[in-house]
Parts: sequence; structure tokens; C-alpha cells
Amino acid sequence: MGRSQREWNHTFMIEIQSLTKRFGQFMAVDSLSLTIHPGEVIGFLGPNGAGKSTTMRMIAGFLKPDSGRVTIFGQDIELQPLSAKRLLGYLPEGAPSYGDMSVESFLRFIAEARGVARQQRQSAIDRVVNRLHLQEVRRRPIDTLSKGFQRRVGIAQALLHDPQVLLLDEPTDGLDPNQKYEVRELIRELASDKIVIISTHILEEVEAVCQRAVIIHQGRLVADATPAELKMQSDYYQAVELELPNISTGSDLWRQLEQLPGVKAITRTETGQWLVMPQQGEPILQPVQAILEARSVTPHSIAVSNGRLDDVFRRVTQDPAGHSLTQAGGL
Amino acid sequence: MMNRIGAVFKRELAGYFTTPLAYIFVSVFVCLSGFLTFELGSFFQREQADLLTFFTFHPWLYLVLMPPLAMRLWAEERQTGSIELLMTLPLTTADTVLGKFLAAWVFCGFALLATCPIWWTVNYLGDPDNGIILAAYLGSWLMSGSFLAMGSFLSALTKNQIIAFVLSLVGGVIFLLLGFAPVASALQAVLPKPLAELLISMSFLTHFQSITRGVLDVRDVGFFLAFVICWLLATVAMVNWKRAE
Repeated sequence: MGRSQREWNHTFMIEIQSLTKRFGQFMAVDSLSLTIHPGEVIGFLGPNGAGKSTTMRMIAGFLKPDSGRVTIFGQDIELQPLSAKRLLGYLPEGAPSYGDMSVESFLRFIAEARGVARQQRQSAIDRVVNRLHLQEVRRRPIDTLSKGFQRRVGIAQALLHDPQVLLLDEPTDGLDPNQKYEVRELIRELASDKIVIISTHILEEVEAVCQRAVIIHQGRLVADATPAELKMQSDYYQAVELELPNISTGSDLWRQLEQLPGVKAITRTETGQWLVMPQQGEPILQPVQAILEARSVTPHSIAVSNGRLDDVFRRVTQDPAGHSLTQAGGL
Repeated sequence: MMNRIGAVFKRELAGYFTTPLAYIFVSVFVCLSGFLTFELGSFFQREQADLLTFFTFHPWLYLVLMPPLAMRLWAEERQTGSIELLMTLPLTTADTVLGKFLAAWVFCGFALLATCPIWWTVNYLGDPDNGIILAAYLGSWLMSGSFLAMGSFLSALTKNQIIAFVLSLVGGVIFLLLGFAPVASALQAVLPKPLAELLISMSFLTHFQSITRGVLDVRDVGFFLAFVICWLLATVAMVNWKRAE
């Protein structure tokens, strides 16, 4: 959607073809297909249990798919697991590691297992230790570290061999706001020449770092676009938010705005602003402004919404049969 | 291949020594084998310059001490989730199965080496046949490997270490008792002869006893090696099969 049709060399991308995984009766991932190019940070979004981690696990070669295939730079993860896994750095969900090892010896093990040449091991370890600010804990057993440090050890481990593809399952879970910011910066930096796939349920994270958001619901791909494109599908896209001086909701102005062509409804938010909702993304700012001017009402503030990701997220992940999630009004 | 196995092997072996497990295990092993030899085995009263009483108890010692060593091999990885990390590293399943097994086996070798004072004692007191003792040590180590290889498979079945422990205990009892005289005669009475013979020939006891007598027979050594290889292959298959779950 909206992506330029460039000629990509097939050897530098990840291809996921009708990936399917069933656990007993439960369909965890249902014929999921995706193509991912270098330089892309792609965010897997979805409610809990949507199949994000299962998909990550199949891409990483931990779980065996029932059908479908994953190729990483042309290497099939099931048929050429070793060469495919060499290209990957993977942070599993919950950042598991060997708790009784020290950070240093754990990273050394990863370096050896990943076949980092002996002479380069120490410098590789130093690089990720510095990058993730692990200097003060490098001799401590991982078990004794805080959740935030453990998460960073997990990321350090995934970055150690400077992989072409990074798979990070909930990379900022358990981090404080500063650490979250740093990890997002790190992801942005890495993204220039690599493929980064993150899974998250934090919507603002997707807006902050991802060029592409893939929403998975009940194992199916329900949306695949840039965060900006997704937000354009929101009811709030082009909505005008007004903060007006002391005008009651039933006033003439309210009615006049309501009758404007292109306006669907007006709601009043909890904080007292008026929210003028457009019909399907119609630009209504100018007519709204014209009315205000004609009535010589000067708003304290006026803003146009880019749309809201949570709104779109809720819409595409709502259970079609049930009413489990109600459309919450207001901001 | 060797590098990959080596990475797992080193991590696992170092893992024994980063926790008190290694020291407790070796201490218990040495103390228990000493106690069994000198007290139950009446080492001094026999006035024989050999280590027969020492080795006689090894099968039973392993029955108790190998399950705690083997139970963690895979169950712990599954319990903590580190298996996901391990299996997404560029290693084959065979690399990790072999690396883990070898680390546990070599660790057992250390524990066995720590009983050397008993060998010195018998050399100080008399003039034993050191060839027989060496063969018995080797046989004992092979037998410990058999317990471990089976335990490795049983550990891959579950993420609960206690279940893995109980399963390896039961497995160990079975492969010991097959050669125990009353059980052997019962088997011969109940089962058709070839099957009974086959089962009895699978007993650790019979193979180990013939090695402790000083005969390093190909059949006995081969039995233990084949036993180890079969269970390791089964472990590889089980770990791979669990990938689909």
C-alpha cells in the first residue's frame, strides 16, 4: 500500500508464504503472507493471543509451521536452518537467558555458538555491552538483575553478531520510559540497512519507530500499511478539535456546525473540547473556521487530528460476532 | 560441528561449577561410595587387594545420583524458556544434545576421578591388579553415560524436572533389575525364551559385572556405547518433535 515499486533483489528480503500453525483446535496463525525488505522496521501488532509471538517463533525457526514457509535472504528456515539462523538476531518473548551465568559469560557463550571468530569475540561483547549500558552489571549473574537489565541483556545477545535481521519480541516490555526511549533510538539507528521486526502491543511504539504496521488478529493479517496510512482509516482522521470560550452544547453554533456538509457528528470530550467528526476523512477545517469567523468566535485552540491508531486497531481487531470491545467515545 | 558442540559443552560444564551443584554432587558421590565400600562392603575385613566392593555399588550409586544430574538437561531449558534461545542459535539439535550429554558425562568423570584416593589406598595396602581397576573405572564411566543418555531423553519429554527425575529413576531401576537374579528367572518363566534373553542381556548389571572382573569385552563396552547412542538419537528425535508443539 503506497510503497514505491522498487526492484528488490530477492536475496535480501524475508518472505513469509501462507504460514500456518495450529495448536490442537486453536488456529494460532492462519495463512499469513508477508514480504519484508531491508531498511524496514516492521511492527507486529495485535491483541494478546493474536499470533504475534507464534509468528515470530516460526520466523526464528523455534516452532515448526504446519504449512507455509519462511525464507530469510533466500535461505529456508526449515530446510537450511543453520545458514538462515546465522542471519538472525532474536529476542524471544520475556527475554529468556541462562540466569546463573554472568552477563559477560552469557554473551561469550552466544558469541561462540554464533561462530564469532575468537579474535573478534571480546570486541563484539564490548560493543554490545557499551551499546546497551551493561558495563556496571557485566560480572553479575543475570538472575540478580532487574527486569530492565535482563531485557537489555536479551537485546545485547540478539545484536552481538551484528545480524542482518533483528527479530525483537516485545523489546521494551519492562523498561522504564528512559530505557524505552533509548531502545527505540537504537532500533531506529539499526534500521538503516537491516530488517527489524518488532512485536508489541504498545501502539505509540509503532508510531515512534515503525515504517510499517502489520496488524494480526486471530492469526490473520488484517492490516498492513504505514502507521500514517492506517490512521487515515480512523474515524478521527481530519476531525477538528475546538476549545471554545463558554458556549453550551445546544447553542446555535453547535447546530450550525452539525449541519455543515461533511460533518458527521459533534461530541464533547471529557475535558470540555468540541470534537467535530468528519464523514470518512473529509477535510472540514476550512468550513468550520469560516463559521467561527462569521460568528466572530475566537477558539482558544483549534487542531486537526491525523487520526488515531488505537481507533483503527480496535476496529480491525474487534470480534465480528461479539461486542467485547465497545467503541469508546471521547479522547 | 566441533565448534558448535564445544560451545554448548563449555557452557554446560561451566554451568555445573557456577552453582554449588558440582561441589555437592562430587562430595556426595565420594562420601557415599566411600561409605558403601568400607561399611557395607566390608573393604578391610575382606583383606583382598582389589576394589570389587567399591565398584559393586556403582550401579546403585548411579541409580540415585544420575537422575538429578540428567533431569535438568532439557526440562530446565523448557521451564525457564531458554530453550527458545538455544534452538534459535545456529546450532543443530544434534549439536546441543551431544554438547549437553558430553558435559554431564565429563562431569561424572570428574566425580569418578575424585574417588582416586581409594585406589591409592588399595595400592598402599597391597598389590592389586591395576589393569582390572582401570577397566572397572572405564566400565563404571560407560555405565554412568548410559544412565545419563537415558535421562537426557526422559528430560526432553517434560518441562517438569521432578517428573524427569522420577522417570529416570524408574528407567534406571528397570535396566538394573533386568539382570537381577530373581527378576531374570521370573522373566524366563513368563516370557518366550528369546525375548527374555534379550531383555536380560540389556541389563547394566551383567555388563558392568563382567567388566569389573577385568574383561573389557567388546560386547560389554559395545553394549554401553550402543545404549548411549540410541538414547541420544532418541533425544534428538524427541527435541525435534517437540518443536512442532
